[in-house]
Amino acid sequence: MQAMEQVDCDLVVVGGGGAGLRAAIAAAEQDPGLRVALVSKVVPMRSHTVAAEGGAAGVAREDDSLDGHFNDTVTGGDWLCDQDVVERFVAECTAEMVQLEQWGCPWSRQEDGRIHVRFFGGMTTQRSWYAADKTGFHMLHTLFQTSLRYPGIQRYDEYFCADLLVDDGAVCGVLALEIASGEPVCFTAPAVVLATGGAGRVYGQNTNAGIVTGEGMAMAHAHGVALRDMEFVQWHPTTLPGSGILITEGCRGEGGVLTNRDGRRYLQDYGLGPTEPWPRPKAMELGPRDRLSQAFWYEDQAGRTIATAQGSAVQLDLRHLGEARILERLPMITEVARRYAGVDPVCTPIPVRPAVHYTMGGIPTDARGAAPLDGLFAAGECASTGIHGANRLGSNSLAELLVFGRAAGQAAAEHARSAKRRRQGVLERLAGEALAPRLELLRNERGERLAVLRGELHRIMEQGVGIFRNEQGLDEACRALAALRERLAGGIRLDDRSRTYNTEWLTAMEFQASLQVAETMAWSARARRESRGAHVRNDAYDQRDDERFLVHTLAHPGDGSGPVIEHVPVTITRSTPRRRAYGAEGEGSA
Amino acid sequence: MSEPAKITLEVQRYHPEQDSGPRWQRYTVPYTAEMSVLEGLQYIKDHLDGSLTFRWSCRMAICGSCGCMIDGEPELACHVFLRDYAPGPVRVAALDHFPIQRDLVIDHSDFLEKLETVHSYLIPAEERTPADGTHRQTPQAMADYYDYAQCINCLLCYAACPQYGWHPDFAGPAALALLQRYNLDDRDGGHRLRERVIDAEQGVWGCTLVGYCSEVCPKGVDPARAINQNKAGSAARYLLGWWRPGRRRGEDRE
Repeated sequence: MQAMEQVDCDLVVVGGGGAGLRAAIAAAEQDPGLRVALVSKVVPMRSHTVAAEGGAAGVAREDDSLDGHFNDTVTGGDWLCDQDVVERFVAECTAEMVQLEQWGCPWSRQEDGRIHVRFFGGMTTQRSWYAADKTGFHMLHTLFQTSLRYPGIQRYDEYFCADLLVDDGAVCGVLALEIASGEPVCFTAPAVVLATGGAGRVYGQNTNAGIVTGEGMAMAHAHGVALRDMEFVQWHPTTLPGSGILITEGCRGEGGVLTNRDGRRYLQDYGLGPTEPWPRPKAMELGPRDRLSQAFWYEDQAGRTIATAQGSAVQLDLRHLGEARILERLPMITEVARRYAGVDPVCTPIPVRPAVHYTMGGIPTDARGAAPLDGLFAAGECASTGIHGANRLGSNSLAELLVFGRAAGQAAAEHARSAKRRRQGVLERLAGEALAPRLELLRNERGERLAVLRGELHRIMEQGVGIFRNEQGLDEACRALAALRERLAGGIRLDDRSRTYNTEWLTAMEFQASLQVAETMAWSARARRESRGAHVRNDAYDQRDDERFLVHTLAHPGDGSGPVIEHVPVTITRSTPRRRAYGAEGEGSA
Repeated sequence: MSEPAKITLEVQRYHPEQDSGPRWQRYTVPYTAEMSVLEGLQYIKDHLDGSLTFRWSCRMAICGSCGCMIDGEPELACHVFLRDYAPGPVRVAALDHFPIQRDLVIDHSDFLEKLETVHSYLIPAEERTPADGTHRQTPQAMADYYDYAQCINCLLCYAACPQYGWHPDFAGPAALALLQRYNLDDRDGGHRLRERVIDAEQGVWGCTLVGYCSEVCPKGVDPARAINQNKAGSAARYLLGWWRPGRRRGEDRE
C-alpha cells in the first residue's frame, strides 16, 4: 500500500466558517510562527455563516449594559445557561464587533458615521450590530479576506475531515480526504479546533445549508466525548414554507408583524402582548424564538393558519415600514421573497412558518473552548459553551463564534506549543485504521439508496422530535432511529465508486454523522421529562421542573444500543431561576 | 390527480478517470413551479444517478457555490427555476473558462490566488486596536464601496468575460471589483500597494469593456464600472511616469 500523505503542523482548525476563521486568525496573531492548517470541506466563503442575516449582539448604546445582555441571555435560555460563561461572553462581544469593524466589516451606520444597532427578539434594547440583512455574509467575507494576511494560516480548501486521530487519551491530528482526488491526508498536530457548525440537516424542514450535517459533533462523540444539551433544537419562527429559507428576525426587529388567517396579531394570545405600543422590546414579535414557534404550532392546530402549496403559514407583514426602509434595511429579504416566494414584501405579506435553525447543544467546552479530551477545542455552533441554555437568542450566535472562536484559537495555540507530539508509527496506524471503514463504503455492493435512508431520518425527527414532544413519540423515535442504524449497517449502495470528487461518498459519511447526532437528540429529549425553552412536551411533563431538571444533559456514546444519558449541574452565579415572562408580564421583572 | 409536469435536463458530464472529454447526458425529472434548476440536479442525484457531481450549499444565492452555464448563460443553479426553461430540454454545463474537475465542478484555484494578489482585505490607513473604538464612516462614505462589497465570489463574471477566456492571466472582474471595494473604503490605506496590480497588463488594461460581467452578476455588483474607475487613474500614473524623471511605471512605490 502506498504511504499516506502527511501534513505536519501545530494546530488544525476544522471548518472555515466564522468560528474557524476567527480561531485561525487568533492563533496566528498570538503565535506568528505557528503552523496552522485550516481544513474545510468547502472554500471558507461558502460556509454556512454566510447565510446568517439579522445581526450580532454586543452592548453598544449608552442606555444598555452588560448586565442587560447577561439577563436577557439567561432568561432567554430559561436558566439553563452556565452563568459564569455568559458573564465572560457578554463582556467580550463588543470588542469583537469593533475588531471586525477595524478589519473592514461594513456594519450599517447612523447618519453621523457611528455604527447602528437594531432590535432583536428577547433583547431589552437595540444591541444587534448588523450589515443590512447580510450580517453573516459580510462577517464571513471580512474574516476570510483578513485571514489572507496571515502567512501562518495554510488553507486546505475542500478537504473533508473524516475523523479525529486520538492516542492514549489525547488528540494528535485528523484524517482528511482531499475531495478533488479522494486521497487521504493525515494532518498531525497536538491541538485541533473543531468549528464544523451545527446539525440542522438531520431534519427535513430547516434553514440550513446542505453542509450542516454534524460531522464535528459526531467525530468527538465517536471518541468518547459526551454531547451536551442535544435535545435543545431551535425552530426559527419565520422561514419560507417548503424550502425553509430564512426570513430574518431582523424583519421584526425593524417593526414587522405576524398575523394569522384572520389578520390578527395572534402572539397577543400567547402571553406576549399587548400589541401597543409597537415596536416594544421583549414583547409580541420581539419575543424569543421558542415561544414564537410554539405559538405557530397552536395556531396551526386551531386551523388559524393559511394554506399554501408548501404547507400552512402565517403572514409576516412589513408593508407599514414603507418601501425605502424595507429596501435599505432588508434588501436581501426583499429579493429572497420576490424570487423564492413570489411576493413583494413592499406590497404583500410574506408567508412564513417555523423550520429547524440551530443546534443549541454540542461538544461541551469551557470558556476557553477546551473540550473534555486532551488537545481538543471547539467553537461556534458545534460547541456547547453553555451560553445558550435551552433557547438561544437571535444574534448571540454570530457574537459567539467571534468570542469563542478567538478564545479557542488562543487556547489551542498555547496548548500546541506545550503538548508533546506522537511518534510517527502511531500516527500512521491511527490514520490507517480511520481510513479503512471509509474506503469500505466505496466497495459496498448491497444496501439502500442514500436518499431513502435520509428521507427516513427526516421523517423520524420531524414526527417524533419536533417543536412539541411526548413520551410515546420520543420512544417511537428512539426505536426508529435504532432500526435506521441497523439498516445503515446493512449498507448504503452508492452509484459512484470512483475517488475523484465523489460527493456521493462524502454525503454517505455526512449521513452517518447525522444519524449519530440525531440519536443523541432523541435520547436526550426523552430523558428530559419537563418543558424548558425549546424543549416542550405536550404530555405529563408540560411544565418546567427545576427540582429535577435544572441540569445539563450529557449523551455519552453507548455500547451499541444507543446513547447513555447523564444529567449534570448548571452553573448559576447571580440569576436565580424565576418565571420566564415576556410582554407586559415580563416588564419590570428583568 | 394529473401527472406532474416533466422536463429533460441535458447535463454535461466529465470524469477525468473515464472520459476523454466532456459529453452530454439526458435526464427527465418531474418538477413543480417552485423548483430551481439546482433542485432538478438534486432530484437526479437522489433518484436517478448518484454519480452526477455538482457543488451546492445554501440554496438561497448567497454562498456562491452552484454557478454553472444554463442554456449557455452563467447562472446560479439555485437562483433560476425549471419552469422558466419549460418545455425544455434545458442544458446545464460547467462554468465556461475554467478547467473542469468533474461534471459541473470547476477548478477555482486560479481565482482564489488572484484574490490574494489584489490584496482584497483592509490595509488600515492607521493602526488601531479594539480599545480605540470603531471608525466613523458615514452612510455616504459607505456608499462609495458598498456595492462592490456584495460580491459572493460565485465566478459567473469570469464565465462571462471573453478576456478571461483568452487570457487567463487577467485578474478578472470579481478580483478587480474587490480591489476597488477596498480602495474606495475610507478606512483603507492600501491603494498604493494595489496600484501595481491595477497598472500591470493583467490588471485593468486586460479588460476590453464588454460589460457582460456586470450583466450576469446575481448580486448587482458592477465589476465593469470598478475596472473603468481604475483606468483613468492608471492612465494618469502611466503618463506621470513619463514626465517624472527617475520613475518608471511598475516601479516599487512603497
